[in-house]
Amino acid sequence: MSAAQAAPRVKPTSLTFQDLLFRLQRFWAERGCVIQQPYDVEVGAGTMCPETFLRVLGPKPYRVGYAQPSRRPADGRYGENPNRLFKHTQFQLILKPPPVNVQELYLESLEAMGIDLKHHDLKFEEDNWEWPAGGAWGVGWQVMLDGLEITQFTYFQQCGGMDLDPICAELTYGMERIAAFLQDVDSIYDIVWARDPETGAAVTYGEVRLAEELQFSVYNFEMANVPRLWEHFNSYEAEAHTLLEKVNAVLSDESASSEAKKRFPLLPTYELALKCSNLFNILDARGAISVTERVGVIGRIRNLAVGVAKAWAAQQETSWRC
Amino acid sequence: MADFLLEIGLEEIPSRMIGAAEAELGKRVSDLLKRERLIGSEARITTFSTPRRLAVLALDVLAKQADTEEQLTGPSWKVAFKNGTPTAAAEAFAKKAGVAVAELKKVETPKGEYLGATVKRAGRTANEILIAELTKEVLAIYWAKNMYWRAGKPERFVRPVRWVVALMDTSVVPLEIAGIAAGNASRGHRVLHGEAPVAITSAGAYKEALRNAYVVADVVERRQIIRKALDAATRTVPGARWREDEALVETVTHLTEWPTVILGDFEPEYLELPDEVLVTVMRDHQKYFAVEDGKGKLAPHFLAVLNTQADQEGAAIIRHGNARVLRARFKDARFFWDVDQKVPLVDRVESLKQVTFQKELGSYYWKTEGNLKVARELATQSEDAGVAFDERALLKAVELAKTDLTTELVKEFTELQGIIGGLYARAQGLGETVAKAIYDQYTPASIEDPIPSTIEGQLLGLADRIQTIVAMFGIGMAPTGSKDPFALRRAANAIVKILAESELPLTLSEIVQAGAASGENRDLISTFLRERLHFYLKEVRGFAYDVVNAVLGTDASFVRDAIARAQALTTARGSEDFLAVSAAFKRIKNILLQAEEKHFTLAPAQRDGLSIEAKKLADNAHSLAPKVRELREQRKYGEALALIATLRPAIDEFFDRVMVLDPDPDVRGAHLLLIDTVLRGFSGIADFSEIVTG
Repeated sequence: MSAAQAAPRVKPTSLTFQDLLFRLQRFWAERGCVIQQPYDVEVGAGTMCPETFLRVLGPKPYRVGYAQPSRRPADGRYGENPNRLFKHTQFQLILKPPPVNVQELYLESLEAMGIDLKHHDLKFEEDNWEWPAGGAWGVGWQVMLDGLEITQFTYFQQCGGMDLDPICAELTYGMERIAAFLQDVDSIYDIVWARDPETGAAVTYGEVRLAEELQFSVYNFEMANVPRLWEHFNSYEAEAHTLLEKVNAVLSDESASSEAKKRFPLLPTYELALKCSNLFNILDARGAISVTERVGVIGRIRNLAVGVAKAWAAQQETSWRC
Repeated sequence: MADFLLEIGLEEIPSRMIGAAEAELGKRVSDLLKRERLIGSEARITTFSTPRRLAVLALDVLAKQADTEEQLTGPSWKVAFKNGTPTAAAEAFAKKAGVAVAELKKVETPKGEYLGATVKRAGRTANEILIAELTKEVLAIYWAKNMYWRAGKPERFVRPVRWVVALMDTSVVPLEIAGIAAGNASRGHRVLHGEAPVAITSAGAYKEALRNAYVVADVVERRQIIRKALDAATRTVPGARWREDEALVETVTHLTEWPTVILGDFEPEYLELPDEVLVTVMRDHQKYFAVEDGKGKLAPHFLAVLNTQADQEGAAIIRHGNARVLRARFKDARFFWDVDQKVPLVDRVESLKQVTFQKELGSYYWKTEGNLKVARELATQSEDAGVAFDERALLKAVELAKTDLTTELVKEFTELQGIIGGLYARAQGLGETVAKAIYDQYTPASIEDPIPSTIEGQLLGLADRIQTIVAMFGIGMAPTGSKDPFALRRAANAIVKILAESELPLTLSEIVQAGAASGENRDLISTFLRERLHFYLKEVRGFAYDVVNAVLGTDASFVRDAIARAQALTTARGSEDFLAVSAAFKRIKNILLQAEEKHFTLAPAQRDGLSIEAKKLADNAHSLAPKVRELREQRKYGEALALIATLRPAIDEFFDRVMVLDPDPDVRGAHLLLIDTVLRGFSGIADFSEIVTG
């Protein structure tokens, strides 16, 4: 008989999926973070939201945390795979500049979710994240808890193709993984999302999201209209380029007023780039991007994202000075 | 004298970088202390590391450098003193030496009487030197990837520095690294000890203090703890042992500060999956050790090395969590295996068009067609050379070799490409020969790996690699001194190794020919392969550099033959006669070179006009040459070399008594032709002039 069979039973947490999010949000709010709402345009990761992508640029300190549903069309599994999702929930945190005890704070945040580190094996294993389309990369770790990766912990070095000073620490928690782990369920869809305080009746992840997983998988893999997707991509891209040309003209125009520079709609321009990125992901899931095309299309998105980042940095510098 | 301790506290260092960095820290500190005369040459220096710290302890360090005296010489006495009074020159010198004029001395030198001064230099204190130099040394440590974290980017290091301990016995050495002032407080295990600082009362107390804080700072000790714990955990399963994996032991040693081991289980049904898949999942993805039964068969258990020590409750939780992750991965693997079988390899060839091999060259479909062309050539060459093999199986294997790149299992576990292809081929009834050839296609991946075990596998490996090399050279992607992004050197090494260690009678030039390179690339590639052969003979087989040069001085295209000749040469070097002959051949070469520069002609001899010694040499060489040739054709190189060595008396006498460059151009021409003939006649085995004779 092996050691495992003689051991005491494991006690799963009673915290629901939303409890875990509330606790994380409260924890970081109590440490000076702005708790933002999820961005309302399609993104593949919390990093892509303006609250990260643009806030990390420039010298202004900032602390923000937000849950972010993240879409990855190629990862859709029609709701049939117990571990993989088209859209998963990240809890994204940016600390700029990183406090000297950032690692210790992270460990405290785990305790805040009810994880007693004395009963777990925690390791920081090298993992260096990068987002080529955003001209962004960093150095850091994947945090392993009992053999499961639960967080990507990154010190950004570059974003939008520019060196950062100060740098920031980015913590990206995988909420479904953490919930399934703590609740000890074998399928993400069995995660208890919420529990009625009176009746104790549980609402599962599947009840909340299964239909979405199934229908988006069908759309992304089978029914999205490829020529129309390209039409959308090209028109968003064209509009973004027009705006980038305009903003660069304004920013380099010495006679332009500070007001004119400040009001230029760079944030809407960035959204157009995000739309292109999501369309690319759907085209990819649809099998419509050939191997030779791939690098080129990513390059087009990069031109938009990095173009916005550079303009944003200039806009911040010239127009926000009092 | 005191003990000096330096500890640099960091955020977790990547495990792959710790070993080298620890050693480099030790060397830099050791070199610094020796250079500054603060420590003797038998100094005892120990290093420590965990993921969160690098440390070095130096015993018996001097508190202060010994004072030194230097003798300075100034102007001549005549210039320095006039009528007994010091001149401006004397005063200037006294000032420069930092002594009073009255302390200047008269020094006798070969050039006459000069002014001298003894300058005392006080030794600097160790603290002074350490504060001035140590930070630089630490920040100069090499990291494969580093980062900056402070505003203004004042330094780069592997991870942010969080604390520094610098002690001379019990006193803090007030240096500063990356803005962190040194103190005497370290940190213990994040969880088992917590955040309270760990006081290091003295340098010598370091190891113990950390141990009490749940940190094993000594790497050798930690590695041993892990091995013993793996043994102990496995003993709970009767008859089982853990599968040795030195590289993994190293990795987990550098991932932990306080290691313990737990044994977990998985459902035996997963053992239906091939070993290769199970072990790859366990080892590469999860850093678990596999467990096998007495006969070496995998058992349904895994061993995880933890960075903590948990009570029963904690151990159960940790075991459960790890088993969960492993089960999910095995489930995926099994799912992929089943889904992949629905489209057999033979039906996947077309879809290789969707998988890029290289963006300028094309897809893996293109590569497969290229490989088939080369393989057909190699097959013809092999048949002509009388090799027995299954050509149909070879070509089938070549056709299907890359199809596993389209499978879900390889997409998930890319390190298993080739292996999975071979396993699927076997499972799909393509026959053992085809399966084995596909399975072995990527071996040897490094110089320590074995070559493919079947002829078909060897031919596939050769075809695949030469096709890549020729294609890459063709688009200008030959490796440069510092860049080889497509690992062409590795591919060429494998070609040499396969030819060296198999029974294939193919030569390097035949391989190049099969690769069908065009024009000048053919020569470049031949040279490239020769360089790799040089590497193999010297670095892998360990032949001396001059033996290698001698062998490569003749046609070395037949690799196994080149090795045999190198072996014979290595033995022959032990003979004095042989060395003498080699020296003579070098001399001959030099003379011929001179002759060429001076445009001397070689002319056939008027035999009567030749000296006795010349005649003797000519006769000797003439009678020996056919015998040597015969032995060479029979590959009896040892005997051939021994025979060549018998030329010694004749050659020695010739050079002793004869003036080769005789003033008479006819005689001179005859001599030159003679030695040229001798050189050519016996250089088929090796260029003996390359042998270093002393």
